[in-house]
Amino acid sequence: MFRKRSTWALPYVIFMVLFVVLPLLLIAFYAMTDGNGHFTFSNIAGFFTDAKFLNSFLVSLEVALENTLICLAIGYPVAMILSNKDLNKSAVTALLFILPMWINALMRTMATAEIFNAFGIQLGKGTLLFGMAYDYLPFMIYPIYNVLNKMDKSYAEAAADLGAKPATVFLKVTLPLSMPGIISGVMMVFMPTVSTFAVSEILTNNTIQLFGSVIQEQFYNMMWNQGAALALVMLIIIGITTIFSSKKDGEAEGGLI
Amino acid sequence: MKVDPKDVIIDIQHISKSFGDKTVLNDINLYIKKGEFITLLGPSGCGKTTMLRMIAGFTPVDEGTILLEGKDISQVPPHKRPLNTVFQKYALFPHLDVYDNVAFGLKLKKTPKEEIDQRVRKVLKLVSMSDYEDRDVSSLSGGQQQRIAIARALVNQPKVLLLDEPLSALDLKMRKDMQIELKEMHEKLGITFIYVTHDQEEALTLSDTIVVMNEGKIQQIGTPTDIYNEPVNSFVADFIGESNIVNGTMICDRKVRFIGHEFDCVDEGFGENVPVDVVVRPEDIYIMNNLEAAQFTGKVTTCIFKGVHYEMTVVTNEGYEVMIQDYNAFEVGSEVGMLIKPSDIQVMKKERTCNTFEGEMTAEDAVEFLGVEFDCLPQEGLEKGDKVKVEVAFDKVDLMDNLDEGVTEGDVDFLLYKGNHWHLTIKTEYGFNVYVDTNDVWDKNDIVGIRIDKEDIKITKISE
Repeated sequence: MFRKRSTWALPYVIFMVLFVVLPLLLIAFYAMTDGNGHFTFSNIAGFFTDAKFLNSFLVSLEVALENTLICLAIGYPVAMILSNKDLNKSAVTALLFILPMWINALMRTMATAEIFNAFGIQLGKGTLLFGMAYDYLPFMIYPIYNVLNKMDKSYAEAAADLGAKPATVFLKVTLPLSMPGIISGVMMVFMPTVSTFAVSEILTNNTIQLFGSVIQEQFYNMMWNQGAALALVMLIIIGITTIFSSKKDGEAEGGLI
Repeated sequence: MKVDPKDVIIDIQHISKSFGDKTVLNDINLYIKKGEFITLLGPSGCGKTTMLRMIAGFTPVDEGTILLEGKDISQVPPHKRPLNTVFQKYALFPHLDVYDNVAFGLKLKKTPKEEIDQRVRKVLKLVSMSDYEDRDVSSLSGGQQQRIAIARALVNQPKVLLLDEPLSALDLKMRKDMQIELKEMHEKLGITFIYVTHDQEEALTLSDTIVVMNEGKIQQIGTPTDIYNEPVNSFVADFIGESNIVNGTMICDRKVRFIGHEFDCVDEGFGENVPVDVVVRPEDIYIMNNLEAAQFTGKVTTCIFKGVHYEMTVVTNEGYEVMIQDYNAFEVGSEVGMLIKPSDIQVMKKERTCNTFEGEMTAEDAVEFLGVEFDCLPQEGLEKGDKVKVEVAFDKVDLMDNLDEGVTEGDVDFLLYKGNHWHLTIKTEYGFNVYVDTNDVWDKNDIVGIRIDKEDIKITKISE
């Protein structure tokens, strides 16, 4: 039975079914049923009718967008510096950005919150964005660094040779050619930020409730069906943005997704 | 040779460049005439690409100046230089189509749209790529990409076109076709072309002037015929075309002795009994069955058909191996006689006749040179710390397979067959050059141990 090469994929198929497909089906099933197992749309409709859900979702989107922009604004220059061999001669610089990732994200976040507390800084949206950017920055830097590092230097040289000033070289050549890295980075930061929960609780003292926290709250209160419906809606909305952004740049070479 | 300064477009004066400890260019002087097709030719690492990149402005100049039409451009950034480059790997912008790639430079200069249109069409026609305007550059073949790269540079009507090994990524047939087209383009446009290549045949085919470079220095500048027929040293002779290079002695003017015989030649001014290098091209040796009329005789050991001619190796009665090309085949094993016309003998000054190093005594019987300590015979009157000149004959340097047996080690950087022995250039681990005559066969990049017997180390004190 192992003569056909396709049978070698069996373990992976089983794994995917058990840990990806089945849980997804379970989420869908819970979302579409009430507590007694009867089919209903009321859970999903709840998302669109309950102001609390919609609001927290919009706040999540806003925070995720802001966080993504902050990470991009800091991450792109950092990636450029890291990929420039004249500026970055040792591996230490790269290590400095990776080092925090060796520590559990939750502990890092709690420590960050403690530092804010120690300095008497009020926890709120500012501290939330700080903590999120701190958490997700490496996910933005890495794919952009990857693309910039592999980019043939002669593209920039060719542009300069044809009369482009350094700023024009960046805008017309380097930036468009690093788009696949930017898209990867944006998705890797934006998507997980929407569903963050613990970070927002710790860093805002529960004053800002992100969508992830709302879903978690449902499960805490044994409202499995409502929680599943919210998770499903979020998955679908994120899924749509993914399809949209990957269509825009089909040949995302060097990216991570 | 004096040249009217008005005819000179680029004047390179005393250019030097090092990357870290490594000197890539060492005091280069060169002028390039308007409208010339000039080729920088040399093996990899000789500094030719660095020189081109300096002219383009990508690599900053350490020392010296580059004048373009009399104006110093050494400190001008690349985007302000009226030159354009064709890159080795084309460097076409993958996010733009053919038209936008070619129009890139013109758009930056805010050229009116109609003019851009017109000029892009014209240049695409010149490179025979008229119907490809809307194509994605990644959908083009290597040769087509090459044409677009040339078009993208030419459309800006540069004063000088720089080409960095532009054909090296193409297959042989394509390369030959592109060579002809490049030559035609050059004639048609009248723009100065500066071309970089390691392919000597390409250089001979294309150029008006060839600059042969090695180890950061210009070895020879001349027309292709000059370079081929009158190489100035054994490096150029070996690098350009096939050649027999042997040691000889200039007996007096117009008389030279090599491979155990005396020959008439046309060279003068070397002095009497001076060691020289002698070059004879394989097609310049006449080979015949008549042994009586011959200057020297030998036995054919190999004979290979090369298409137009036969290439034969003959071992002379004195034991020298010579390569001969002739339209007629001579059977392997047959006795043959050979003749060389005086004008076909090229005599060259020897760059050096023995290894000379700077050293320092570390004890009465030990001396440090090549970055390591060698044992030597006890030196009277010399003390530890004295600066000395160390001389070692080429054939007194011993090369070892086993690195542990050597005092220092190095890799074989350059090989030259001299008829009956090999002349090697060894680059030692501390970056020194050691020249070795040996009968053993080594390959390029072999790593060898180096040992010198103490009796063979000749030491003289450097007087201060």
